[in-house]
Amino acid sequence: MHDLEAYSGQLFAGACVTLELAVTCLVLGFALGLAGAAASLSPSAAIRLPVAWGTRLLRGVPEFVILLVCYFGASQLLDRATHGAVSITPFEGGAFALSIVFASYASEMLRGAFLAVPRGQLEAAAALGLRPSQVLRRIHLPQAWRIALPSLNNQWQNLLKDTSLVSVLGLEELMRKASIGAQVTRQPFTFYIAAATAYLLFLGLSNPLFTLLERRANRGVSRPTA
Amino acid sequence: MSQEIAPLWHGTLVTLGLLLASSAIGYTLALPLALARRARTRLVSWPAGLYSAFFRGTPLLVQIYLTYYGLAQFPALRHSAAWVVLRNAWPCALIALGLNMAAYVAEPLRAGLAAVPSGERDAAAAFGLGRLATLRRVVLPRAVRLVLPALANEGLIQLKATALASTITLLDLTGAARRLSASSYSTQPLLAAGLIYIALSAALSLAFRRLEGRRQR
Repeated sequence: MHDLEAYSGQLFAGACVTLELAVTCLVLGFALGLAGAAASLSPSAAIRLPVAWGTRLLRGVPEFVILLVCYFGASQLLDRATHGAVSITPFEGGAFALSIVFASYASEMLRGAFLAVPRGQLEAAAALGLRPSQVLRRIHLPQAWRIALPSLNNQWQNLLKDTSLVSVLGLEELMRKASIGAQVTRQPFTFYIAAATAYLLFLGLSNPLFTLLERRANRGVSRPTA
Repeated sequence: MSQEIAPLWHGTLVTLGLLLASSAIGYTLALPLALARRARTRLVSWPAGLYSAFFRGTPLLVQIYLTYYGLAQFPALRHSAAWVVLRNAWPCALIALGLNMAAYVAEPLRAGLAAVPSGERDAAAAFGLGRLATLRRVVLPRAVRLVLPALANEGLIQLKATALASTITLLDLTGAARRLSASSYSTQPLLAAGLIYIALSAALSLAFRRLEGRRQR
């Protein structure tokens, strides 16, 4: 336990990197997923099909393999193109890989959420004289958001756990810091349990946040009384 | 290229072996876990809930490292007979993957058990079936059929999860591709591994769809 205390600063620094990576991927992945959902709802097959196939392929490959391909592939390409002048950091490689993985799931889920808003409401809004941009902003988006939130929480949890994979590339996030502590002190169980507890703590903190968001998103909806 | 095929082929077999063995553990342990989580006494349901929260709330990588590296911290275990097994990467990967999968499979299974109409349990009891016979012949077949798509989905997720076994030196499909990629300084083996995973998951989902069709008779 004494060793764990000595390393607590290092673990905390690693936890900060983990959170930074996870939040970066959440923002990038959500934006990409939104674009993907828009593309998959496009009337043009030339836009719809490549996105549909791309996301399907991404979801069939282990996240770990995607991460390795992105990092080593990009390093090699950059190395050859610039003769070593420009390189990619594990953080950048990891952020890119986990963002596209997140986006591939998010686009499918957002597409479903947009389709789940009854057409009649959109038609009614148009009939009331709302412009298409107003329909999107006032009617379509708030309701799609409400439907998407629970699965968004699920995906966030997966994302947070997947950031641990970037430790294999050498990024000094929570998992890597725990490994270093485990090797030096020869107390691997203690250190990995500490890392596990930190992940549980993050989820324990983010869950109430999502509950709050869900409650806010549902404020216009009557709940069936139990 | 042809000399690259052999390790990838061998790696694919290792991946399939990991998938089959860990799924066997996962699906088997999921049933008692789902039953325990539904138990009325806190003494049973609480530890099951804790198990579930731990395995679903922490990264699989942590669980694999805890099993492979972590257990070595305990001298009592290191000097016991179990160490002959636990010091190897294979059994550790299987244990971590299996225990992890059980927690994920137990969730849909629990939902399926809850969705079986209570009238069917009552009817089984009225026919004089014991609790075990009711579970085995009435409730379980019904519950499994209700959530078969979700159970199949866990199998597909597990295929991808096995890739993490390569982090503890196992030469599964990912491990073989990583090694080839490092020695040839090329991303091609990793891309090839990705394609093989896609083919495997396509074949697996086809097989599950067949099974579903048969179950809906």
